[in-house]
Amino acid sequence: MSSTGFAHQTIAADHGATAEVTAFPATEAHRQIRDTRPLRLITCGSVDDGKSTLIGRLLWDTKAVKEDQAATLRRDSGQQNDLGLPDFALLLDGLQAEREQGITIDVAYRYFSTDKRSFIVADTPGHEQYTRNMATGASTADLAVLLVDARAGLLEQTRRHATIATLMGIRQFVLAVNKIDLVGYDQARFDAIAREFRELALSLGVRQITAIPMSALKGENVVLDGGAAMRWYDGPTLVEVLEQATVRSGQTVGFRLPVQRVSRPGESFRGYQGTVAGGSVKPGDSVVILPSGMVANVAKIVTFDLVRNAAVAGDAITLVLDRQVDISRGDMIVSLEGQPQIGLHFDAQLVALQAEGIQPNKRYWLKSGARRQRVTVQPVQKLDLQSGKWVGAEALAMNAIGKVHLSFDEQAIFDPYEANRATGAFILIDPDTNNTVAGGMITAKRSSMGGLHQDDARVILSLPADLAEEILASALFAARRDEVDIRRVTAAKASALLDEIDG
Amino acid sequence: MQGTAHDTRQAERPSKAPLDPHLKALENEAIHIFREVAAEFERPVMLYSVGKDSSVLLHLARKAFYPGRVPFPLLHVNTGWKFAEMITFRDEMVRQYDLDLVEHINPRGAAENITPFTHGSAFYTDVMKTETLRNALDAGKYDAAFGGARRDEEASRAKERIYSFRTPDHRWDPRNQRPELWNIYNGMIRKGESVRAFPLSNWTEVDIWRYIQAEEIPIVPLYFAKKRPFVERDGMMILAEDKRLELKPGEVLQEDMIRFRTLGCFPLTGAIHSHATTLDDIIAELETATVSERQGRAIDRDQSGSMEKKKREGYF
Repeated sequence: MSSTGFAHQTIAADHGATAEVTAFPATEAHRQIRDTRPLRLITCGSVDDGKSTLIGRLLWDTKAVKEDQAATLRRDSGQQNDLGLPDFALLLDGLQAEREQGITIDVAYRYFSTDKRSFIVADTPGHEQYTRNMATGASTADLAVLLVDARAGLLEQTRRHATIATLMGIRQFVLAVNKIDLVGYDQARFDAIAREFRELALSLGVRQITAIPMSALKGENVVLDGGAAMRWYDGPTLVEVLEQATVRSGQTVGFRLPVQRVSRPGESFRGYQGTVAGGSVKPGDSVVILPSGMVANVAKIVTFDLVRNAAVAGDAITLVLDRQVDISRGDMIVSLEGQPQIGLHFDAQLVALQAEGIQPNKRYWLKSGARRQRVTVQPVQKLDLQSGKWVGAEALAMNAIGKVHLSFDEQAIFDPYEANRATGAFILIDPDTNNTVAGGMITAKRSSMGGLHQDDARVILSLPADLAEEILASALFAARRDEVDIRRVTAAKASALLDEIDG
Repeated sequence: MQGTAHDTRQAERPSKAPLDPHLKALENEAIHIFREVAAEFERPVMLYSVGKDSSVLLHLARKAFYPGRVPFPLLHVNTGWKFAEMITFRDEMVRQYDLDLVEHINPRGAAENITPFTHGSAFYTDVMKTETLRNALDAGKYDAAFGGARRDEEASRAKERIYSFRTPDHRWDPRNQRPELWNIYNGMIRKGESVRAFPLSNWTEVDIWRYIQAEEIPIVPLYFAKKRPFVERDGMMILAEDKRLELKPGEVLQEDMIRFRTLGCFPLTGAIHSHATTLDDIIAELETATVSERQGRAIDRDQSGSMEKKKREGYF
């Protein structure tokens, strides 16, 4: 043991409920570079936080709303607010039922752009019973804008939204402290809310956080800056943050091509069509076909725009191999190095999307990439969104977020969601209704079904505090934090404790 | 050592500039959807309206299945009242790209003399477009139909899924749509049910034009400004090239540089004054436009919530 005097942490981690679990390394899945691909974001807020006004303001100030649309709004509502703007809620609530009830029912997608970039906004309802819609919107989002009313500060809803966004893999948060004008542009108030939110986000493992004081109604710090009203704030406007945000992509893991279809236009050509779901590929690369395990080399990459020398994550391509191999839809072509996990048993987190919930031991269809197979789902825990703690559960009701065990009839192929969103995500389909009943994220492969004695197995680690902080910040760790005991001690004390165990 | 992927791609496209990453991402997404539907459904069909969105849709379909043929037919729901230039263009595309075209015209139009002039645009659209579409889809036993609808077009479309589930009588229930997460689409249906698939869901009007320009996609010449004869009717400029247009009392034939932002049935589609004779002009015009493209479409304005109502009944 070192005796440098630095503080050490002792971490005891339990090994899962019934089985030995192979933990995946938690890797940063997205590239940290700016590009001009559309940024997908989700806006979350409670009913009266002014979400419609914020989105309306974004569309209005970037000129995404045209005059005839505004005229229709004015005609429909016969009213406008005191700034002479149309009622944005009417613009956004596109369905008749929504306009009649004055609430947003379903996730909608909005489009706007600036000189620098274009944006796709998933606009989701604020009501608690619509967790599923938020999960839907968050599934494709790169960034979450969490809206709070400056007068009310953080609500339970804020914690809930932040938790769901984190679970769905979002690692960039903007806290929009709205209606700052109604608290007299009070900097102390803003600072207090921002500080509280920062603590919440850090506890969820999110470190990219920007808090912005704004008045969506007056258009301050949304697209245009707040000017004289908030001289104390010199940070970016919302749009400036969005322009700088990063887009996720699966480039850091190995090559993945889920095969969507086999193209055989003639005897002489056989190509495998799909969208690269991770890494990159070039002619000459050796690849493995899963689940069969056969090996081949890439002969060429065919696209409509001539033959290419390389393809990267996100590219829709046709791959030609150098030999005849048996490949069909649902197979995955992957790099030799860094292959995904294959197995019959996986751990996952999921969001229950339908009224019938998720029933234990029911057989569902699972679709991931182009692969659809039978699966049995055993719920283990559910997340108590009020406390942020996981509690035991045997079934999952609608809107519940749960941890489950998945058991397949045939080999399944996954990466952990944390490492690759495209190959770690799945949906569950009820074979009785054909409806999509859950969205899920793979956390780990269960490499063996252990005996009962495995339940109590724990590991005590003693490690430098800075390393511990790194581990604690990982999403994999955050997801199971409640199972972990942590004590901060000096190196000498840790050494003494371990000596005691060794007897 | 290989160069970066970006460099290589530049080298491969000597004649064209590389597609900007924004359009490339939209293209990739659309191709993915095309392939997924083609693989999962037994009898897909592509709705082909001959307009600019259809031109982009067709181009993407060709890209998705290259080097193979487009593995499904194109369905044109013809009302008999389309612009003549649209039909010429359509037939040229079919010939040039070796496509299978299925054309449907509702016989009720001729039998009962249902025209946009004699009947209101709401009734006319219901019979000649919605009913014809339903009949055509039933006749072909199609279980999936691609459409070129975009979510930025209209408020109810903003809520629609990429795979939009339809009952056996083609109804859309906006309150009971299947959740759609990531890019994983649920294509499971029972016999008689179908899915409308929208590969262009996330495209905006400007994206469409920029892509047409970047990919050099052919479009109907009516999109470009030209001196054309027209009459003003119900606040719209109606093209007067077709001899089926009869002047009402007080209407006068005018001529000016005009073009169309969308193309439908000529008596129901209004032109705009424009000097945009090239794609650059059109994009420049669009960027300063203060009205939406559907402003020229009579059918959207029949009543509040018009589009949602039509969609519930089976319209695209």
